[in-house]
Order: sequence, then structure tokens, then C-alpha cells
Amino acid sequence: MTGFAGTGQLAKLAFRRDAGILPACTAGIVVVVATVARDLKVLYPTEARRLALAQTAGPNAALRFLYGRLAGTSVGALATWRFAVWAGCCSAVLAIFIVIRHTRADEQAGRLELVGSAAVGRQAPLTAALIAAAAANVTIIGLATLWLAALKLGGAGSAALALAIGTCGLAFTGVAAVAAQLAATARGARGLALAVLGAAFVLRGVGDTGPAGLSWLSWASPLGWAEFVRAYGTAGERWWVLAVPLTAGAALAGVAFALAAWRDHGAGLVHGRPGRPAASGLLRGPFGLAWRLQSGVLLGWLAGYVAIFASLGAATKGVGAIFNTSAVLKRYLLRIGYQHVIINAYLSAVMLLAGLGAAAFATSAVLRLRTDETGNVAESVLATATGRIRWALSYCSVAAGGAGLLLAAAGLSSGLGYGVLTGSVGTQVPHLLGAALARWPAVLVLAALAAALYGLLPWESTAVAWAVVSLVAFIALLGPSLQFPAALMDLSPFTQTPRLPGGPVAAGPLLWLCAVAAALGTAGLLGLRRRDVGDLGPFHGVPGRVFRAP
Amino acid sequence: MSEASVRDENVVLRTAGLTKRFGRTTALDGLDLEVRAGEVHAFLGPNGAGKTTTIRILLGLLRKDGGQAVLLGGDPWRDAVELHRRLAYVPGDVTLWPALSGGEIIDLLGRLRGGLDPGRRRTLIDRFDLDPTKKARAYSTGNRQKVALIAALASDAELLLLDEPTAGLDPLMEAVFRDCVNAERQQGRAILLSSHILAEAEALSDRVTIIRAGRAVETGTLAELRHLTRTSVDAELAGPADLDGLPGVHDLVADGQHVRCQVDQAALDAVLGRLHQAGVRALTCRPPTLEELFLRHYSSERSVAGAQR
Repeated sequence: MTGFAGTGQLAKLAFRRDAGILPACTAGIVVVVATVARDLKVLYPTEARRLALAQTAGPNAALRFLYGRLAGTSVGALATWRFAVWAGCCSAVLAIFIVIRHTRADEQAGRLELVGSAAVGRQAPLTAALIAAAAANVTIIGLATLWLAALKLGGAGSAALALAIGTCGLAFTGVAAVAAQLAATARGARGLALAVLGAAFVLRGVGDTGPAGLSWLSWASPLGWAEFVRAYGTAGERWWVLAVPLTAGAALAGVAFALAAWRDHGAGLVHGRPGRPAASGLLRGPFGLAWRLQSGVLLGWLAGYVAIFASLGAATKGVGAIFNTSAVLKRYLLRIGYQHVIINAYLSAVMLLAGLGAAAFATSAVLRLRTDETGNVAESVLATATGRIRWALSYCSVAAGGAGLLLAAAGLSSGLGYGVLTGSVGTQVPHLLGAALARWPAVLVLAALAAALYGLLPWESTAVAWAVVSLVAFIALLGPSLQFPAALMDLSPFTQTPRLPGGPVAAGPLLWLCAVAAALGTAGLLGLRRRDVGDLGPFHGVPGRVFRAP
Repeated sequence: MSEASVRDENVVLRTAGLTKRFGRTTALDGLDLEVRAGEVHAFLGPNGAGKTTTIRILLGLLRKDGGQAVLLGGDPWRDAVELHRRLAYVPGDVTLWPALSGGEIIDLLGRLRGGLDPGRRRTLIDRFDLDPTKKARAYSTGNRQKVALIAALASDAELLLLDEPTAGLDPLMEAVFRDCVNAERQQGRAILLSSHILAEAEALSDRVTIIRAGRAVETGTLAELRHLTRTSVDAELAGPADLDGLPGVHDLVADGQHVRCQVDQAALDAVLGRLHQAGVRALTCRPPTLEELFLRHYSSERSVAGAQR
């Protein structure tokens, strides 16, 4: 077993490196599931209400594509319907990032070469990564079981839902382990594993919504397995289904071990295509570079936006009936959408989601300035005849333009989804396109705030910018139902945009949001022009903790 | 023509009393540096001496705290973009865009700088034996360095700022690099070559500045610097020689008839006289290598640090 020598040490190192992010992510997934379960309990207190929801939402094909099939009418069954697949996705993403971070990413960066030269077995890094990912999923299972049971949803069902979510993560731990052997780069490995996850989502969605002859497709998907456990189901849980993801995960881990024992260090089985020997005409100047570097990420976002917003748009048709099943939920939706007509409120809330997602993309695109600055790539560009302002503007153009494209995609795809089902493509598409783009100025304010932080407070910019985006999302999504005071609601730029479709339109707020964005952006650029590039901040050099070996 | 303007035309880069602090640490403490047109100027110093900080101030990436810095007749902070059209830079730690190929990066950097010579690009890729179709993430340290070097050498820059440019190159590629630098010098370009590889500076440079703890401790041509230093003497003698206590003799090791020592320029004549009296069987006298010059400054820094402790 010399292949596994040093696994314990490496696993400890992995836990030490992930000490901050791992508990936060596992807790985050559990908190979201438990909070929604509690909300459902409040929203649908009686069996009659839940039955009404099941009868309206259950047959809705778009919702079935997004969430899967309902297995019962208890509160737990509703929570399972709402979250088995999506929390399964989250635990899968977490597992993919953990495994690849400690295997292929370290190998690509050369860190594993150093580790491998010590008395460490060939299989030890992979084993340590699997232990870390498995520990995260076992934590999710334990916490979710306890929390759901504490909500008095039933012990067996709680354990079954928690296990369905956690075993989905374990299955994708195996997928990621194999991907880390196949691709020669961390980016490639992550892309491969996430593509498998995306395919799993689509397979399950088609299996759940398509004709009966295609329902076997759901069985080909790990997300389908999470659904088929039927936690809190009327007919009882199907415990044996849990063996499927566990077997698949173990088998994939076995394949990964076999590949790792056989392949060369640093090599993959999938070779990247060679690049162009010379730059094309598009790669000219900082703007060409910025768009080229972020085009892959943007295309991924666009694909996700089209899929999700087409589904949400298609779901509009049955929305009135569904929300009529709960007075509380209806009131929430009317508040969050600031509307009196339920369909308009729903669509307005959908566009708010599109705006928040676009703000997240724009913020990450702006903050890439900081990553490239501290990673020294910026130096090569700034040592040429490219001024700092132009360099920073090139990233900001991706943020602003990319956010605009995302909003346009959300408007077009939801308009098509809704319009095709109701035979009103001609009216819905321009209608919803306008509604989506009305959120653009609010997105620009958040992106410009990230730019201002980057210029003026670079060493804290990443943390503060994401904190602001989270706060805005919190205010926009929960403020209306928790009845936040108007002053607090006004802090969110999305409170200022017209509530389309259906609401009144005024040019004033849009113009002054753009003016705020321009002022913040200018402040950031002026700050950048004055400061040192590569500034690590006044607290740089504070000694770190010592990692103690036993 | 006044003397000042003649000087200015000849000087492509000058700093005087340059200071830079990061929080409580002083990175540059009154640095004087001058690079003249058409010369290869070696900028030597141990790690952490302030070489990279100096270059980053000259590139306008960092703002100086005090003193003067003039680059190609302009202010490196204020006129950064205009000045960067006329210079090329190779960072010490070359970080590239992992998704772009080497060929794309060479073209991109050339375009950002304002153009590069396609003929020279081809020749340099051949000479450095670089595969331009590989993605940067697949390159080794040495190959990343080659990409940055080719991009810099294929430009029409008047001044090259090279920060430890050969750290990752193999000896064969180092020889190619030396040929290229000599060719650049013949074109009349100025080169600031920061390094701690002494043989490289010795082989390439016209003048040298040695920096320690943010301050220039020595500057001049190699001949001028050697002037300040001692000659190494290694002799086999017929009988014992009495060098003990002779002024200007240092580090004396007398092992029977074998004598080794360091001798000040002024004491050479007296030492050779004593050796001659004892009867010389074999004698090696050589000028100090840059290594020895360097060690002297480096070890004095350590002894200063030791004295403070």
C-alpha cells in the first residue's frame, strides 16, 4: 500500500487550506434547504393547500424540467421537489471544486511535484482530495438531517432527503476524480466535470418532462437518482436507490485510481488543441485581450441564462394558478414584483433574478482587474504603451457589455418561452426584452462600485464588492416580504429601476442610476491612476499561522 | 552645445536619490543609477536589494517617494504611455495568459507596444527554438521567459529593461541570449540588465551598478571596479616567504611552501619582491572575478546585519 503513503498528512493539509471555505459552503447549502423547508411549512400549512399546489404545479412541464416530479403532498415532499435536484447540483459543484483544487490544480501549478518528491505515494494526493470532498458531503448529510428533523418534517424523510443530496455530491466526487486524470489542466478538468453535471441536469429534465418512453433518461442522471429516492414520498422512501450514486462514485474513484497509477505525472489523457501560431486581427489592444480572455466564461453564463430563463418564461402560463394556492406566497410575489397582476409580478421577479445574476457576472469581470494585478499579468500589459485607464476600461467594457448581453438573453429567452406557449411571441419578446434591459443601469451601478473599490481600496476590493452584491440580493429578495423600511430598500439600485413588465416607466431614475455608475467608475479610475500597481495594502506582512506537523 | 545637453543626450535613464517605502520597510534608500545610450548596464544585487522595485518605478507601476527618476527624457510616472512606446520590458517572473498561445502573446505584446518586426519575430522564434502554437499554460518557466524575450527583442525599442532574463534558460539558450544582447548593443540600444548571475554581467556589460539594501554601493566599468579591489595571488615557493604583517596583504594562507593571499594594488610590488626572494616555482595572479566583488559587498551586508544583532 505504499501508493497511499502520506495520505493522512495531505488530507490534513487539504482541510487546513479549505478551513474557511469548506464549512461556509456546506453550511450555506444546508441553510438554504432548511430555510425553504421552513418557509414552505408557513406558506402551505394545510393538506388542502398543498394538494392544490401539487395539482397546479405538478403537471407544469417547465417546473418539472427545473425541479423534477412531486412524490407526495407533505411539506417535506414539497421541499424535496424544490431542492433535491438543485441542492444535489450545489453539492456536486462543491465536490468538483474541492477534488480538482487538490489534484489537477496542484499538479498543474507544480506543487504536487514537490509533494511527490517526498515520501508520498502516487495515490496519496487523489485519496486526500476524495477524503476532503467526502467529508464535505457527509457534513451536509449530517447537518441537513438534523435540521430538517428539527423542523418536525419526519425523521426518515429528513434522512432520505439529506442522503439524496449528499450522495449526489459523492457521485460527482467520482466524476471529478476521473476528470482530474483526463484533462491536463485544472480549468479543463473543471469544465469536463461541470459539463457532465450540465448533461445530467438536461437528461433528468428531458426524462421528467418528455414522453413516457424517454423517462429512463432520468435514471441515467445522478440528479435523477436524487429525485428517485422519493424522500418524504407518499409511497415511502426508496432507500435502495441511494446505493446507485454510492456505487457509481466508488466505481469512478476506482477508475481514477487506475488512471492515476498508470499515467505520467503532469500528463492528461485528453490533449488540448494547439493554439494559433500568430495572433488574429481581433487580438489587438487591451479591449481585444479582455474580451478574448473572458469570452469563455461569458459564453458559459449565456448558455445557463438561456436554459434557465427559457424555462422560467415557459412556466409563466401556469403561474397564476400556482400562486393562488397560497395567499402568503402570492402576497410575497406581488410585493417582490411590486405589481397587482400576478403574471406581471412573476415576470418582474424573474427579471430581478436576471439582474442579480448579471450583477454577479459584472462584479466578477471587474474584479478580475485585481486578480490580474496581483498575479503579475497586468505588469506585462502596463509596461507597454497601454495606459492604466485604458487597461481598466477594457475589463469594465466586458463587465458592462457582458451584463447587457446576459439581460438581453434573459429577456429574449423568457419571451420566447412564454410567447411560444401562448402564441404571442411577437408581443412577449420585445415586452420582456425591454423589461430585462430596464435592470441594466442597476447592474452598472454595482459594477461601477466594484471598479471604485478596486481603484480606491484595492486590497479589500474583492471582499467588499461581493459583500455589497450579497447585501443587494438580500434586500431585493427578502426585503419586500420582511417589510424592510423604505430607506433600507432604497439602498438597492434594483429598487430604483422600473418594475417591468407592467409597472410605470420613467426615464429619470434610469438616467440618474447611469450618472451614479459613471461617477463611481470615474472615482475608481482616478484612484487607480494615483496608486501603486501591485499594492498589497497596509496590513501586508502580518505573519500567518504556523502549520504544525504532529 | 552646452555640457548639460550633451550629457542628457547620452543618458537614457537616470535616478538620483530615489527612495521608496512599503509601509515600514524601506525598499530604496537614495538610489543613484545612470544608463547611457548604447551601453549594456548590469544592475547587480542580492535578492531583496531593490532591483525589481527600481525597474517598476522606472515603468511607472510604482510611484517614487522621493528623489528623481528620468527615463528617455521624460517622467516615468507621468509620461508612462509615451515612454513605453520606446522601451521593452522582460519581467523577472514571467506570468502569461494561460489560454493564449506563445505566438499570440508575442504578437499581442508587440501590438500593445506599437508594432514589431515580423522578420525578426520569425528569426528569434527559430533561434530560441520556441513552439509558438503551445498554450502558455503548457510552457515551462524557461519557455515563458523565451516568449517575453522574443516579444521584447523583436520590438524597435530604444531601451530594454531586462529583469533577470535568463533565470530559467538552459546554457544553450543563454548563449543565444548573449548573442542577441550583443547584436542589440551594436544597433545602439541601451540595455539595463538586472541580474545576480555574475558571469552573465561579466560577459555582457559595459558598466555595472551594484545595489545593496536599496542603495548603489559601487558603479563603474568592470575595469574601474577592479581598480578598487585586490589581486588574488597563489604561489608555489622554493622556501618559506615572510608575508605576515606586510601592509596591504589580506586573507593570507601559508601552508609550507604554498602561499595564497589577496593583495591591494599598492602592495603588489612589495609582495612580489618577497616572493622573488623566497624563489618562485609557480605563480598565478588574477584579477578578482565579479563574484568576488559581489561577495565582498554581500558579506559586508551580512556582517553589518550580524553586528546589529
